[in-house]
Amino acid sequence: MTSVAHATPGGGAHGGAQHAPMSFWRKYIFSTDHKIIGIQFLFVSLFFLLLGGLLAMQIRWQLGFPGKPMPGGGILPESMVVNGVILPEYYIQLVTMHGTFMVFFAIMPLLVGVYANFLIPLKIGTHDMAFPRINMWSFWLALLAGMIMLAGFFVPDGAARAGWTMYAPLSARPDLSGATYSQQLWSISIVVLGLSSVMGSVNYITTIINHRAPGMTWFRMPLSVWALFITAILAVLALPVLQGAAIMLLFDQTIGTHFFDPVAGGQALLWQHLFWFFGHPEVYILILPAMGMVSDIIANGSRKPIFGYHSMVFAIIGIAFLGWVVWGHHMFMSGMNPTLGSTFMVSTLLIAVPSAIKVFNWLGTMWRGNLRFHVPMLNAIAFVSMFTIGGLSGIFMAATPVDIPIHDTYFIVAHLHYVLFGGSLFALFAAIPFWYPKMFGRMMDERLGKIHFWLTFVTYNMVFFPMHIIGMGGQMRRLYDPTIYDFLKPQQPLNEFISISAFVLFAVQFIFAFNFLWSLKKGRVAPQNPWEDNGLEWSLPNPAPHGNWERTPNVYRGPYEFSAPEAVNTDFLPQHVKLPTDRDPVPAIAPAGH
Amino acid sequence: MHWWLPPAASTFAGPIDTLFLAILIITGIALVIVEVGLVTFIVKYRARPGRKAYYTHGSTRAEVIWTAIPAVTMVALGLVSNHYWVLMKDKKSIPANAYHVGVHAKQFEWRATYAGPDGQLGTADDFTVRNQLHIPVNQPIAVELTSEDVIHSFFVPQFRVKQDAVPGLHITAWFQATKTGEYEIGCAELCGMGHYKMRARVFVHTPEEFTAWIAQQAAGGTE
Repeated sequence: MTSVAHATPGGGAHGGAQHAPMSFWRKYIFSTDHKIIGIQFLFVSLFFLLLGGLLAMQIRWQLGFPGKPMPGGGILPESMVVNGVILPEYYIQLVTMHGTFMVFFAIMPLLVGVYANFLIPLKIGTHDMAFPRINMWSFWLALLAGMIMLAGFFVPDGAARAGWTMYAPLSARPDLSGATYSQQLWSISIVVLGLSSVMGSVNYITTIINHRAPGMTWFRMPLSVWALFITAILAVLALPVLQGAAIMLLFDQTIGTHFFDPVAGGQALLWQHLFWFFGHPEVYILILPAMGMVSDIIANGSRKPIFGYHSMVFAIIGIAFLGWVVWGHHMFMSGMNPTLGSTFMVSTLLIAVPSAIKVFNWLGTMWRGNLRFHVPMLNAIAFVSMFTIGGLSGIFMAATPVDIPIHDTYFIVAHLHYVLFGGSLFALFAAIPFWYPKMFGRMMDERLGKIHFWLTFVTYNMVFFPMHIIGMGGQMRRLYDPTIYDFLKPQQPLNEFISISAFVLFAVQFIFAFNFLWSLKKGRVAPQNPWEDNGLEWSLPNPAPHGNWERTPNVYRGPYEFSAPEAVNTDFLPQHVKLPTDRDPVPAIAPAGH
Repeated sequence: MHWWLPPAASTFAGPIDTLFLAILIITGIALVIVEVGLVTFIVKYRARPGRKAYYTHGSTRAEVIWTAIPAVTMVALGLVSNHYWVLMKDKKSIPANAYHVGVHAKQFEWRATYAGPDGQLGTADDFTVRNQLHIPVNQPIAVELTSEDVIHSFFVPQFRVKQDAVPGLHITAWFQATKTGEYEIGCAELCGMGHYKMRARVFVHTPEEFTAWIAQQAAGGTE
């Protein structure tokens, strides 16, 4: 089936070295090479991650020190900050844009844009994506969406301010939210981003189905590829729902429809149903790729096959399937029929089952292993540990009566950050150094990596664990100044502690940024297979050339044959290595017409 | 500083807090198993010269165990939770003797409407107070919740009651306060720029005090 890739006209999907040298623009800017597109996504989404972090720091300043002048606040315009003090209307812009940037422009593209693009062709043994030009468009549309979203800060009434969930009718009516242009920009940006995401996802799905190397059967695919495959299916089904909702919202905002405004016959809850019908699958879009990559890295670091590979695959599928039938748990307090609440409670609690399978299978993988604590492994172990806390805290809010006091409080904020930061971001701190040599031909510094890991791990917990307690105490989300409430005043010292810890956590990330940038030029030159891994990508030089392989590799076994008895003198057995006992796979027959 | 849910002051607090504690214990056990397992494996199976990992692809028996135990626990938890959920949120569970108060939310205040001398809400002799909710102790209260503009959320932490007020919908939330005193209503749903200051006071009175207050208000008295 590789003939499909070869037949792609002009897309640069031919085999490796015979390429004529390309101009800088064709090679790095308007590139159709999946690896370059992955790297473009990496730089852009790391920028948005930094931006989201900067917004978070301002939120934490206001919560820790309400009404006190923010250091450096003077550089912001009077419409946001007066005499250094954050204004309430700016504060809700901060929380809205922090959530929006982190979810849509940092974590999602970091996991999917970067690693689906970069890893899928390399790990399944093909030359490029099925549709390289669509892939290029997917990146440029994502960047355009990000720019539109960013523009919100520079329009007259400031950025969007109805929360990243954009609950209507607040989001739909400028007279209620106080913002006109930026609310519209939010809707437009999301429509463009959805287009980008669908283009990318169609590519990932098609590539995985059609372009696997001979011998790369479904159950020889690495779990990272499985997770990215299922994620792409979720994205291609979920994003259009959000796009549709965003278009309706845009119509409400601009041409006077009232889909979500009951004043003229609309339904306020319709937005929530549409948003969360997208939004909960989105939650799994933000965690499944992390789980997949962590699985690869834990097997590597443990020098053992993944424990229960098949159930890991079925758990991914199970989580993805259940992800479609739990959206109502975001709406337990919304006035939705309580009987529906009961149904959504059961489906939500059941997600604990595939999640438990995954956690215990990671433990099973480490059991009796021969653990190597390289930086990716440390972060992957932290992922397991922190995701467990995030998963377990979800049970509190799944149980509907317990959700009553903690819904929309900092308990939820703690929970979602344990999954998105403790989960997704730690997985990225594992994935980035792990595949860095494949991207740039050099290693990130191991010592700096370890310092960054330990400082992040400790301060991260100092920031987010106390949020559970603040939330139990009743502190609502998105409150400009919690000290307004008598019952929240006693918690202020803890809020201060969280804020100071958050500043340290943010500062520590510059170690990572420095390591990342410094290693581009000064890092140790990477050997071909620095982690002694089994993946097909390590059969290529670092960085891999345009088009990857001259000839598609044959695959002889599953991805996790670490410490296999057949491996003599080593403790790993790459997928492409042919042992005397192995027979060549029969290449799949190309579809008719090719 | 309080390290638990806010001090309890309603009949819902008993079951909710007990359930919270039960989940804390269950998840606590799971957490200890995972974290102790991780640390033990990290120490015990760290790479050393001459060690080789044990080559295995898994164990069906182990996997069946750690699939079945969470599944059974979650179903049980769901059943218990649902019993109380229905009791707290289902329309049919609102006691017949509940005292009905209209609470109307708008950017950025709460308006409580009381039945006048005729004892009926929605008639001409109703009276309304701003940012105050007066209720009698030990009697079920049914809050008739509406919103003027955007979604707000009626939240009294000590009563363990939270219910969104949605424009276009009429939602009844009920609870029963068990302690007299003064509490706060907070808005738990982002409702615009003034979300943070959308705060009202709740006064829980003895029945006698409450009757007196109603009489005084109905007669046009000042607050």
